[in-house]
Amino acid sequence: RGHGPYQPHEPGYGLYQPGYSLYDDQIPDPNSRMLAIQNAKAYLLQSSTISGLNLYDHLANMLTKILDEQPTNVVDIIENISKDVKWAQFRKKMDTLRDEHEILPKFEAAEKRKALFLKANGEGDEELEEEIGEMPLPNVMETAFYFEQAGIGLSKDESYHIFLALKKLISIQPIQTCRFWGKILGLEMNYIIAEVQYHEGEEEEETEEDEVIEEGGKGVGEDEDEDEEKEDEPPKSTYKPPPVVPKEENGTGANKFVYFVCNEPGKPWVKLPSVTPAQIVCARKIKKFFTGRLDAPVVSFPPFPGNEANYLRAQIARISAGTQISPIGFYQFAEEEGEEEEEGGGGRETYEENPDFQPLSVAELVDSLSTWVHHRQSILKQGRCVWLNPFQKSEEEEEEENEEDEKAEEPDEQQQEIGPPLLTPVSEDEGIQNIPAWTAQPSTNLIPQYAVAILRSNRWPGAYAFASGKKFDNIYFGWGHKYSPENHAPALPPPVQAEYPRGPEITETRDPTLEEELAFKAAKEEALAAAEEEEDEEDVEDDEEEDDD
Amino acid sequence: MEAASLPAALELVAGGGAGLSPEKRAVLGASLLLLQRDYRFERVWFWGCIQGVRGAYYIAEGLGPDRAAPRSRLYSLNCVEWSLLPPATEDIVAQAEQLKGRFQGDPSFEYEYTEINTEDAERLFEDGKELMIKEETRLVAMIEQIDRAVGIIPRGAFVKTPLGSVHENRNFEGLSLTEAKKLSSYFHFTEPVNLKNKTLLEKALLDPSTDFLDSLEHDIPQGSWTVQLEKGGTVVVLRSLLWLGLTFYHVPMTKQYGYVYFGTGEKNLDLPFML
Repeated sequence: RGHGPYQPHEPGYGLYQPGYSLYDDQIPDPNSRMLAIQNAKAYLLQSSTISGLNLYDHLANMLTKILDEQPTNVVDIIENISKDVKWAQFRKKMDTLRDEHEILPKFEAAEKRKALFLKANGEGDEELEEEIGEMPLPNVMETAFYFEQAGIGLSKDESYHIFLALKKLISIQPIQTCRFWGKILGLEMNYIIAEVQYHEGEEEEETEEDEVIEEGGKGVGEDEDEDEEKEDEPPKSTYKPPPVVPKEENGTGANKFVYFVCNEPGKPWVKLPSVTPAQIVCARKIKKFFTGRLDAPVVSFPPFPGNEANYLRAQIARISAGTQISPIGFYQFAEEEGEEEEEGGGGRETYEENPDFQPLSVAELVDSLSTWVHHRQSILKQGRCVWLNPFQKSEEEEEEENEEDEKAEEPDEQQQEIGPPLLTPVSEDEGIQNIPAWTAQPSTNLIPQYAVAILRSNRWPGAYAFASGKKFDNIYFGWGHKYSPENHAPALPPPVQAEYPRGPEITETRDPTLEEELAFKAAKEEALAAAEEEEDEEDVEDDEEEDDD
Repeated sequence: MEAASLPAALELVAGGGAGLSPEKRAVLGASLLLLQRDYRFERVWFWGCIQGVRGAYYIAEGLGPDRAAPRSRLYSLNCVEWSLLPPATEDIVAQAEQLKGRFQGDPSFEYEYTEINTEDAERLFEDGKELMIKEETRLVAMIEQIDRAVGIIPRGAFVKTPLGSVHENRNFEGLSLTEAKKLSSYFHFTEPVNLKNKTLLEKALLDPSTDFLDSLEHDIPQGSWTVQLEKGGTVVVLRSLLWLGLTFYHVPMTKQYGYVYFGTGEKNLDLPFML
């Protein structure tokens, strides 16, 4: 019993007698209650020695915030709200300095992208009239739409930025045809790649790098000549490095197109150098991620002759040669008379668009892979598209090598390498183990009338091709590596070179044992017994030989 | 990634070139909701798409009240009809690790073990089972492996209650830009392995409600994650180099984050050579 203490509004108030109820120790008389309240409030108002806050203000702020924001299930997140209020306190108190506006990198990037959208002053209208006939700018958005039907492609924003970036590229460089080749991902940054063909006669020649390499080679030769003049010459090295396979001319073979890259649309385009066969041969043996910086070194074994720009160009060349395909009939060989006999039998190198192209239906394109053909020359083992015998020029060197090399792969036996001719059907591509080289699918099974035929490469994951009616295109989105089911095994170091020729005269043999020597001596004495005149001299000699042991 | 934020999220991860066609996007919006209703999930995540040679698998995960509990996984060949996958066990994962090569795209395809030692065979097949494994089982094992190895969340996105269950943190406002570029701000959303090995000093700095998972800092090999700012520096995208195709995105100072896998389902064992 005892429902006290009774408040003034409750019946029973006034019946309470101080000092006689059960709750005496908890509820003292009003005066002492007020005192207790004041003590409690003073305690709450005590400032913390560490942070300078006091609990009273903190609770008041917290409750204010809660009542202002009215979140659901407050009691569950009350601790976090308390923390937030405390943080807010601190920030305001220490704000004697004005914050410098942070220049975040995203603002600069936005600036660059905005620049893409500004029209170039004065040039826009004039050029439009001239170029209506010949539009080097590809319709990136249209291609992106078709690939999107298969779930491939970048976001529309990015595609549009790339579109404008390509337009900028075309306005800077004298370009005849241009295509968005694709995107290669890297560790720090990615590469956006444009495939371009210059107007005839407008190419810049890059002979500086090649000259430097050649001079380096000649310098080594001169040192060797100087050595001969010294008296104590070390044995002259008979090593002749295998002749360098010359790279293909700009505009042919693996260097048919020129590639420009940039890290993000809005950044300036950088031209990639032409690719050399040595780079392609080496790129086949290594597998490295791209970092995103063109000047980064490529640390690998076998050592890659070049930096990341060269490695990127080599991979682009390999991917293009392996995966650029078109529906059969789109391209045809140009009819030229008298050109069927070519040196080396390399086959035709040029193709042109077929004006009478009859588009195939999507079902035909997807069912059989023989309706697609490669329209880029494949790269031979040598690293070029058209085989060139590097030994043709120096016949004297051939003869010397044949005499001295022990492991001679005689240059005469070097077979001419022939790759598949241009416009071979894709069905001839080798699969990997039991996987076909390409997977063909229509973009949708629900609406076959408007489906697009999509091919995905299994040898170069990331390479895609689509065809719909008279339109087709290829694209690459990926890391830039070939698919191999086995693990990558780096090339082993070459075997140790032989220092000197081996022969019986310097080969070590075991010393003869005592029995063998005695037997030998006995045999010799028997032989000498026949010649009595020389016995004395030879006995002396034999004794000397035994003493030497 | 959350089913509810699928369209926006796909835009953010499209930097890698992989995504979904408009048809699939449209059908996923509806079918994932139906999954949530039928299986009574609290959250449905679209896990990603595994490209087989002849077809593709679309995977979804469903989460219950405890977000850290083993998730139910479902797969579909056309994003319309979903089939529940059996839970992954250690045996299955060990067996499937021996398989190499692409997925075929047919769930009933059976793999034969060709390159397995007799010792390994005895260890893995103690009951004398046949040396055949179905593609469905391989799928289960591979999704489990990927989730365990590279399924990540930003720090602070989930909190652990004193009772042990894990929930989304309603006070998570997103990582700041500086934090978002560091690998230590991301955790593996799976049972922690390295947490117990930390020194006492490090443990004292941890907040047990948010730091109950392994961070990415000490992943082996170092450098197996690429951190990039995309879309002009507005989105932080992490890509795994060990499982090529796993992409994680986060918009700093917002609650948007998620990861998705678009790839062939093979581990990149050449990673040490490629770095």
